[in-house]
Amino acid sequence: MFDYETLKFLWWCLIGFLFIGFAITDGMDMGVGGLLPFVAKRDVESRVVINTVGAHWDGNQVWFITAGASLFAAWPLVYATAFSGFYFAMMLTLFSLFLRPLAFDYRSKIDSLKWRTNWDKALFVGSMVPPLVFGVAFGNLLQGVPFSFDSLMRVTYTGSFFALFTPFTLLTGVVSVCMMLLHGSTWLVMRTDADVAQRSANIGRVISVVLTLAFALAGVMVWQSIDGYLVISTIDTMGQAQPTIKEVTTASGAWLDNYKETPLLWLVPAVGVATPVFVAFLLSIKSKSTPVKVFAFIGSSFTIISIILTAGIAMFPFVLPSSSQPNHSLLMWDTVSSEGTLGLMLTVVAVFIPIIIGYTLWCYKKMWRTVTVAEIEQNNHTAY
Amino acid sequence: MISEALVELSRWQFAVTALFHFLFVPLTIGLTWILFIMEAVYVMTGREIYRDMTKFWGKLFGINFAIGVATGLTMEFEFGTNWSYYSHYVGDVFGAPLAIEGLMAFFLESTFVGMFFLGWDRLSKRQHLMGTFLMALGTNFSALWILIANGWMQNPVGSEFNYMTMRMELVSFSEIIFNPVAQVKFIHTVAGGYVAGSMFVLSISSYYLLKGRDIAFAKRSFSVAAGFGLAAIFSVILLGDESGYEVGEVQRVKLAAIEAEYHTEPAPAAFTLIGIPDDEAMETHYAVKIPYALGLIATRSLDEQVTGLRDLQKAHEPRIRNGMIAYKYLVKLRNGEDTPENIAKFNETKHDLGYGLLLKRYTDKVVDATEAQIQMAVKDSTPPVAPVFWAFRMMVASGFIMLLLFCLAFYFNARRQIEQKRWLLKSIFYALPLPWIAIETGWFVAEFGRQPWAISEVLPTFLSTSSLAASDVLFSLVAFIIVYSILFVIEMYLMIKFARLGPSALHTGRYHFEQAPELTSGLRSQNS
Repeated sequence: MFDYETLKFLWWCLIGFLFIGFAITDGMDMGVGGLLPFVAKRDVESRVVINTVGAHWDGNQVWFITAGASLFAAWPLVYATAFSGFYFAMMLTLFSLFLRPLAFDYRSKIDSLKWRTNWDKALFVGSMVPPLVFGVAFGNLLQGVPFSFDSLMRVTYTGSFFALFTPFTLLTGVVSVCMMLLHGSTWLVMRTDADVAQRSANIGRVISVVLTLAFALAGVMVWQSIDGYLVISTIDTMGQAQPTIKEVTTASGAWLDNYKETPLLWLVPAVGVATPVFVAFLLSIKSKSTPVKVFAFIGSSFTIISIILTAGIAMFPFVLPSSSQPNHSLLMWDTVSSEGTLGLMLTVVAVFIPIIIGYTLWCYKKMWRTVTVAEIEQNNHTAY
Repeated sequence: MISEALVELSRWQFAVTALFHFLFVPLTIGLTWILFIMEAVYVMTGREIYRDMTKFWGKLFGINFAIGVATGLTMEFEFGTNWSYYSHYVGDVFGAPLAIEGLMAFFLESTFVGMFFLGWDRLSKRQHLMGTFLMALGTNFSALWILIANGWMQNPVGSEFNYMTMRMELVSFSEIIFNPVAQVKFIHTVAGGYVAGSMFVLSISSYYLLKGRDIAFAKRSFSVAAGFGLAAIFSVILLGDESGYEVGEVQRVKLAAIEAEYHTEPAPAAFTLIGIPDDEAMETHYAVKIPYALGLIATRSLDEQVTGLRDLQKAHEPRIRNGMIAYKYLVKLRNGEDTPENIAKFNETKHDLGYGLLLKRYTDKVVDATEAQIQMAVKDSTPPVAPVFWAFRMMVASGFIMLLLFCLAFYFNARRQIEQKRWLLKSIFYALPLPWIAIETGWFVAEFGRQPWAISEVLPTFLSTSSLAASDVLFSLVAFIIVYSILFVIEMYLMIKFARLGPSALHTGRYHFEQAPELTSGLRSQNS
């Protein structure tokens, strides 16, 4: 069907697609969870907010699970190295992710304000810690991570949990959190009314400004103060996955090489800077018509797409650069599964993703409405 | 070398998190079909009580489902965080069924579970029923792909070692799907889940019948669970995965350990009902045996032998020595000496590479292993017998008690005498933990019985860990135990609260606690 080189490239695209899918779907309900304490002042308003994603958060979360499992299947070395290397960061993410399913399902089961506000806090933590850690982790990828392999490909990671946090990685963490919050706010503007929608729009405007500035600042840092990586030996793009036989060096600003070679790619970060501004404009419109709300949501989706793509393109073909042993850096050419597995998984993805998107959209369509305080009060016992 | 403490702690953490997760999964697997059956009756007959049944048992299902989702995330993380060498070594093969599980099963289940809970007013009756069906289907597909992955660990077909990438690689995916071990495991495990779901509904319905409330509701629930459960328990026992034990060396070892069969006996072998296994002497003391039974169960024949552990170990010794040769050539190949002769010699011996790796526990270089170290590796090549032996017996005993209970429940229910049989209702109520005992011990037999391997004859468990400090894993293990305990308390609190409340939790105004407020004011407040 495809040759190995093409398969490798397609899987780079697909992993990106799955993570973007996660950020747009699950990122939305994480944003909603993060906004919850700020846009809902009464219990019934909290329920309005939660019920906009109540029927969908679980399906959305599968984007995350599938992206992780696809990493395992398609880039096993990346999965092994990143998850074990970032051990405590991963554990922190995992433990905070426990809180979401329970908060969604258990919160409204007991009619006690204390019980409910505690679950609201849990939902906030479970919604904000994962994007923060993912953002910090992505910043670390750009900086390079200290790991190396022995002759039998056992990975040893020499960093520590606290070393993950540098000014740059904290900045990428802020970018990631703001991305989710902005997306959550445009969702709430679209799906709620009255006070909740108004507060969401107000917060969304502020967030979008912060996001634009943080993203632009991160870009400047990548250009000026973060060393990029580049391969100086030839890469056998058709070759087997042997990540320790190439030569890699670091150079200031090297992460911008791809953009310099193909200037058209500058469009991607440009969209990432421009769309939050556009969204902020839409959110400031006083009485928002449906197209305005929908465009704001599409805008925040494109913000996510372009920010993730910006980082991915900058690093291409690197996936996980090693700061302690640069020659052992993992590239999308040499960290992959065998040709057979990539081909098989490509087929499975090609068959199932359209089906998944189909029934997911059907469910969204069926549940589509403006969630109001009146509706929640009417369905006191069945709503989340 | 890898520290023993790290290996032990990593194993404990995986066992704790997997066993905990597996408290909730079987109930989800079983209840989804029971909910579908109840809702299907509602859609066909239009009788409200069946909708109430679907909604009420669905409420309990939801409490269980949420914690199942939460703890399931751990399993996805842990291969990478704690078993990173494993992830590298077999990700090419093992990752595929996990990813397919996500795409084919998880999306389906999780998307429609939202429709199940919140779609009642927004979907037509038939659409909602279809959603419930897809949710059940997704749940069962999920079990299928997980057990295909697990079956491959037990019997790694369809794959080959590649010295260049230093890992197992996929050769034939159809062999992995149609792996006989995976097939029997799937049937056995999902049927076990159906039993758990049935027992759950049966026990709680018995409680209402004993309390004499919501009788119509409880009797109908009881009937559905009795019928479904009887079919399920027969499937579990008759299609028990014993029949999978003749496939693959490690399955044969597991079978011998289950039976504490140290000596190979002339066919057909006797079944050791009970006894005291002794790994040092390699004898089972005070054994009570049933003639012929094991030969019949395990080989389905009268003339095939069931090999004992002594002979199995004896056969492993030459394979370990062969594995040392494989390792020697592997090191040469990895060092760039990939001459055709070296490749040929490696290929001749590579099927025993895993056995050679067993020596890594004692010597990092493998090829310099002393005679004593080889003998220790031989001893290591089969699991400790007593835990497997006893766990298996607990599983089977629980299974047979449940078989009896389901038969009686079905019989008296069919004769419409179940309300009078209070002793039976009480027994069923107290039998509620049995499916969980059977399921957890069964899981233990399957996974502990596979030791010392993570991937049978390919990758030893102790080599599979990440390069972490033992203290890191100790820290996370303690955190898991604390957090899981808290989650468990919260879950049980809600579960017991709503189970006791019964269908009154639906606030339809038709059920017990809504009829007699003066009796129930304490329970009624604070629920929605």
